[in-house]
Amino acid sequence: MNLTLKIWRQKNANDKGKLVNYPISDVSPDMSFLEMLDVLNEGLINKGDEPVEFDHDCREGICGMCSLYINGEAHGPDRGVTTCQLHMRMFKDGDTIVIEPFRATAFPVIKDLVVDRSAFDRIQHAGGFISVNTSGNTIDANAIPVNKHDADDAFSAATCIGCGACVASCKNSSAMLFVGAKVSQFALLPQGKIEATDRVLNMVKQMDEEGFGNCTNTGACEVECPKGISLENIARMNREYLKASLKG
Amino acid sequence: MSGILNSSIGRKVAMALSALFLMVFLLQHFAINMLSVFNPDTFNEVSHFMGTFWVIQYLMQPVLIFGVIFHFVMGFVLEIKNNSARKISYAKNNGNANSSWMSRNMIWSGLAILAFMILHFIDFWFPEMNIKYIQGDMSGLLADGEGFRYYEELVHKFENPIRVAAYCLAFVFLALHLLHGFMSAFQSVGANNKYTKSLKGFAKVYAIGIPLGFIFIALFHHLNH
Repeated sequence: MNLTLKIWRQKNANDKGKLVNYPISDVSPDMSFLEMLDVLNEGLINKGDEPVEFDHDCREGICGMCSLYINGEAHGPDRGVTTCQLHMRMFKDGDTIVIEPFRATAFPVIKDLVVDRSAFDRIQHAGGFISVNTSGNTIDANAIPVNKHDADDAFSAATCIGCGACVASCKNSSAMLFVGAKVSQFALLPQGKIEATDRVLNMVKQMDEEGFGNCTNTGACEVECPKGISLENIARMNREYLKASLKG
Repeated sequence: MSGILNSSIGRKVAMALSALFLMVFLLQHFAINMLSVFNPDTFNEVSHFMGTFWVIQYLMQPVLIFGVIFHFVMGFVLEIKNNSARKISYAKNNGNANSSWMSRNMIWSGLAILAFMILHFIDFWFPEMNIKYIQGDMSGLLADGEGFRYYEELVHKFENPIRVAAYCLAFVFLALHLLHGFMSAFQSVGANNKYTKSLKGFAKVYAIGIPLGFIFIALFHHLNH
């Protein structure tokens, strides 16, 4: 396959940045998208040019590091996959592919296609945890009965890898699918109920302070989420937030 | 509880509650207007009751006006805030791949409805307030004193084809707004459960049926008189 890549190049956070065209040839349809970028970068390095910076780590679809906005969609045109699992067979010979970083005020560009997603870490620090006594008296989690339906929903919420595709896809750059998943994961389990009130209030407060937008229920986040996190988690977070606010 | 309206979730819940209230009002407005097609006498009597009963005039009407203003103002506030959450736009964005046009353009359908409401207030509400509270005529009767004036006024307004066209166009925008807004309001207040699937069907019937009914009423009076 011969392709034309239009890639966002930006030297640093303060640089204005621009799209630059890169023709690339002999791309195998079996390559992953990141492997195709590796080939591009090898060529750039061999020519003495600066390679394109992009985030990646596990390349198995579970770390959430890769973060590209490809042809107008987070993680590209395939469904239920991260960019490392997107294969070049999704494109046609002669295609032009526009590759941009995830765009959100709360996700500033560091360089090229790499964005700073530490806002998610700060939201997690604000309440995305449970306090467990580890002094030797810890209760075995399996000894606490959990309704099967709740356990399944909590597990589904916990599969969120925090990649930020929800924010990138949302027209409002809202982080509510991410925060909804993190709140739900604990709200559904007995271990999470103790800190439930503070958790949702603090996480939503941090989310607002980071500058994410408001959810207007377009559902784009759910469609683009590589882990299929459901909008039900946002509704649950809204309920948890209202409950917590009324409690004071 | 303090500061709930300063939070993102508090604002969207407030937006949703005002939307639910306005949707109930819309249904009531539609039911009364439909009477003008099937039974003008009953339409006159109900209109007179709505226009003179103190609970509706002095308690419910101010609540309605507050609800309308709140919904519009909060809509603008949220839109401005949401725009600032992404200062640099994508060079290429494929919104149709993951969301409906209606859901992404609520501000535009909302603005079209706002423009319609200004016209609607000039057509009906301001003259009504003038007759009742400035001229002090609470009788609801025609100038010659023979029968109520409400049906006659309604029919007269729909003589102008430009006004009828403007109303019909506004109802199309209303349908687009409701097609996303109805279910969105339920999601915002946290109601996403086993009943959601059934509710989605009802939402479609409501979002298309009510505006279509209003279009029918406007065309009916235009074509019959």
